[in-house]
Amino acid sequence: MITIPYLTALSTYISYGLLFAFGQFRDFFRKVIDWWKNSSNLEQGYAPICLGLEDFYVRRLYLRIQDCFGRPIASAPDAWFDVVERYSTDNNKTLKRTTKLSRCLNLGSYNYLGFAAADEYCTPRVIDSLKKFSASTCSARVDGGTTRLHTELEECVANFVGKPAAMVTGMGYVTNSAILPVLMGKGSLIISDSLNHNSIVNGARGSGATIRVFLHNTPSHLEQVLREQIAEGQPRTHRPWKKIMVVVEGIYSMEGELCKLPEIIAVCKKYKAYMYLDEAHSIGAIGKTGRGVCELLGVDPADVDIMMGTFTKSFGSCGGYIAASKELIDYLKYTCPAHLYATSIPPPAAQQIISAIRVILGEDGSSRGAQKLARIRENSNFFRSELQKMGFEVLGDNDSPVMPIMLYNPGKIPAFSRECLKKNVAVVTVAFPATPLLLARARICISASHTREDLIKALEVISEVGDLVGIKYFPAEPKKQQLECRVKLD
Amino acid sequence: MDFGHTCNRDDVNPLNCNQLTRDGESISEIISAGSVPRKANSWITMDFSVMSILSNGLDWFKVEYDPPLARAVVFGVPIGGHLVVEALLVIAILFLLLQKSYKPPKRPLTEKEIDMLCEEWVPESLIPPLTEEMKYESPVLDSAAGPHTVIDGREVVNFASTNYLGLIGNEKLHESCTAAVEKYGVGSCGPRGFYGTIDVHLDCEERIAKFLGTPDSILYSFGISTMFSAIPALCKKGDIIVADEGVHWAIQNGLHLSRSTIVYFKHNDMESLGNTLEKITRENKRVTKVRRYIVVEAIYQNSGQLAPLDVIVKLKEKYRFRVLLDETNSIGVLGDCGRGLSEHYRIPVEKIDVITAAMGSALATDGGFCTGSVKVVDHQRLGSSGYVFSASLPPYLASAAITAFDILEENPHLITKLKRNITLLLEGLSDLPGLSIASNPQSPLVFLKLKRTTGSFQNDLQLLEDIADLMLKEDSVFVVASKRSTLDKCRLPVGIRITINRCRKSMS
Repeated sequence: MITIPYLTALSTYISYGLLFAFGQFRDFFRKVIDWWKNSSNLEQGYAPICLGLEDFYVRRLYLRIQDCFGRPIASAPDAWFDVVERYSTDNNKTLKRTTKLSRCLNLGSYNYLGFAAADEYCTPRVIDSLKKFSASTCSARVDGGTTRLHTELEECVANFVGKPAAMVTGMGYVTNSAILPVLMGKGSLIISDSLNHNSIVNGARGSGATIRVFLHNTPSHLEQVLREQIAEGQPRTHRPWKKIMVVVEGIYSMEGELCKLPEIIAVCKKYKAYMYLDEAHSIGAIGKTGRGVCELLGVDPADVDIMMGTFTKSFGSCGGYIAASKELIDYLKYTCPAHLYATSIPPPAAQQIISAIRVILGEDGSSRGAQKLARIRENSNFFRSELQKMGFEVLGDNDSPVMPIMLYNPGKIPAFSRECLKKNVAVVTVAFPATPLLLARARICISASHTREDLIKALEVISEVGDLVGIKYFPAEPKKQQLECRVKLD
Repeated sequence: MDFGHTCNRDDVNPLNCNQLTRDGESISEIISAGSVPRKANSWITMDFSVMSILSNGLDWFKVEYDPPLARAVVFGVPIGGHLVVEALLVIAILFLLLQKSYKPPKRPLTEKEIDMLCEEWVPESLIPPLTEEMKYESPVLDSAAGPHTVIDGREVVNFASTNYLGLIGNEKLHESCTAAVEKYGVGSCGPRGFYGTIDVHLDCEERIAKFLGTPDSILYSFGISTMFSAIPALCKKGDIIVADEGVHWAIQNGLHLSRSTIVYFKHNDMESLGNTLEKITRENKRVTKVRRYIVVEAIYQNSGQLAPLDVIVKLKEKYRFRVLLDETNSIGVLGDCGRGLSEHYRIPVEKIDVITAAMGSALATDGGFCTGSVKVVDHQRLGSSGYVFSASLPPYLASAAITAFDILEENPHLITKLKRNITLLLEGLSDLPGLSIASNPQSPLVFLKLKRTTGSFQNDLQLLEDIADLMLKEDSVFVVASKRSTLDKCRLPVGIRITINRCRKSMS
């Protein structure tokens, strides 16, 4: 639950209203000019690629601040990286790369444990595997795309997350969107958190199951939805549901919040619903030994029916996994399209994950893994508390390495991003398609590879820019009155 | 008219009646059967009888209950008995009109009842019971998936990997990968929008566009996600997609997620496609207002057939549809320089509106791309879910793709070699007992179909798998039967899939 000051809400609405009005105004003139020119239309007889207002947002709002997104980098996404400078000659419509690089502090990548850069243990092994198994297998898992590394990786992952078996795929997004349809279908119900990732939404849609949504991270509302649905049964026919699956995430990437897992599991158990946990951001990053949200919140992995996660974040590789009972994995391997049709995870990427897990577990013979985990926790908690002290409105829970800073006004999105970049701090700003219209934010991802000096520099810059842009919504002593006059938003 | 009918029926009915009586049916049935045609008459008689009953009743009421009030005179108006009755009737009507219509009382379930329902509810198990055939263990490779590979310690000839050009193990490719891993690490640790764009991604996009001669291209981080993200980005609810019924699962999923109206035509049957397009254009009035796409594969993964692009382009231009072509198995394979199906048919690439491809085949890397006009590509950069919401392609794979295109451009003989091998193998396979070649003679993806199916899909598959197993164990030849997911809607027959690459030396 986020609350916005009334005045900010009003000014945000006015800003978007203005942008919309100007956009429409420009669209109108564009139409008149096009009609005037009446150029020989090659596309005659075809409907346009984008119909009506479909790309209005992109044309009239996004392009203005395009330079804040998709900034190319020219090095590994480590604690510091080289951002390629770009320029535009047509009012930001297209951006051209220059050869100039600027060394920036990276507060944007999901490099939680610092495995993105060359690592003394992982990189040599990856290069070895590259030599032995080549860059790719060129085939699906069942068609000769299973190498020894793949079986090893599956065992390693199952062991790491604490489940009897696991299956890996070449992409995290595909893991969700290809596995949900296998398990759920017509006559079953998926109850999804309202802020779940797009891959889950697409997977649920693709499955043909009915989808209901519960209020973000609210077990009481989940219980209410479950009771209602079990009592009502399927819509129209009122037959009882075949099965119900509750889908939640470990850490919500846009909110930085930890899932209220123990409460949600209790509800699921009470109502016999299956539980699907997406640990894309939490696996490796939190918990004493990096085993994710289950370990942090003291939940037995056996209580979660299906554990999903990705290797793109903490492990600095690519791909995703599903960990569950042996039978379920056997069934998935028999029929899951991601296993049967998609190219298997590239062997070097698999080797990177295996090595990273070994480092985390201390099997490489050093304590680097434990140090990394301690560092990310310290770093996150330090950074969060400092930001809060400065008066920023920071979302999320302690221990979570993701911390959004609320910006609200659309004008503040590019202002914050550009000013920070000028001072060599690269931050991510997130706006409408990924968040609700009103709740634009900057998101900071802390890494174990950040040193204390890095963080202090980042805090200085953010504080300075925060003053400039005016986003310290919670000054040091929040007045009681201020809290009262806020609009409640989900 | 009506009378005519009744007469006719009257003529028939007695016969029926006689029959019935003869059969010993009950009397009442005869009566009912006989009474049917007299409906018209009975209406009039019924009217009369009701009227007479009513008036009789009123008279009786007047006589029997002639209360003093009935003869009362109020303000000089004598009030007759019928007035009282009428007043009563009016009151009764008013009373009834004022009543609410009857509805059964709504009683929501009580908490207790919901508790009971929740207790009673038993979910199905998450997966169906496992049968023996589901427990399939795919062969595990001990080496790279090159033309010769090691399975269970034995060297086998690999006819399963789609490594058409034999680029697996290529020295140049390996060098570029190693350099990229050293410079960029393995993963990109972020989606393209949030510092996941590495300069090699942009270079790779430029390289793809340059190779194919298209204005722009967009890189996806995984092969199958390319199609099921690009299609929903370009087509929305209300749009019309005409697709081949043999398209592979990633496209099927994309079609489903787009929520467009989807019409399938017969697999690789141009007559069927023409008829479908004709029918849609004729029947649908709004057809010029919505986006229309034809979705086909260059070389079908499910059959090895080649799409006749020349006919498709003609049809597309006639009916004003756009074409979305999946070139996963044809990039680097078809055409003199490996530019795919359009080069094979010598059709300018601009005629094809959208091309998608996974790079996990001839290019020996991973990920996928979509290419087309600037508008098509730009629209996907913010509108395509698999691009926006997923971490980008590992940089070393993007760098491998650039190198693969370089190799391809420098060595056109790779393709000639591949073509020679295809002809060679097809000759050798031409008279196999029990199996027939179902794929196109130019396709590096050879599909061997059972000449006589066992009748059931499962048994066919089992038989083919047994053959494949036998080949691996006895002859050290690694081929695979085409598996089919339960989610796959494709109904083409299964077969043994043999993929040919250029480095074939030992083949018997």
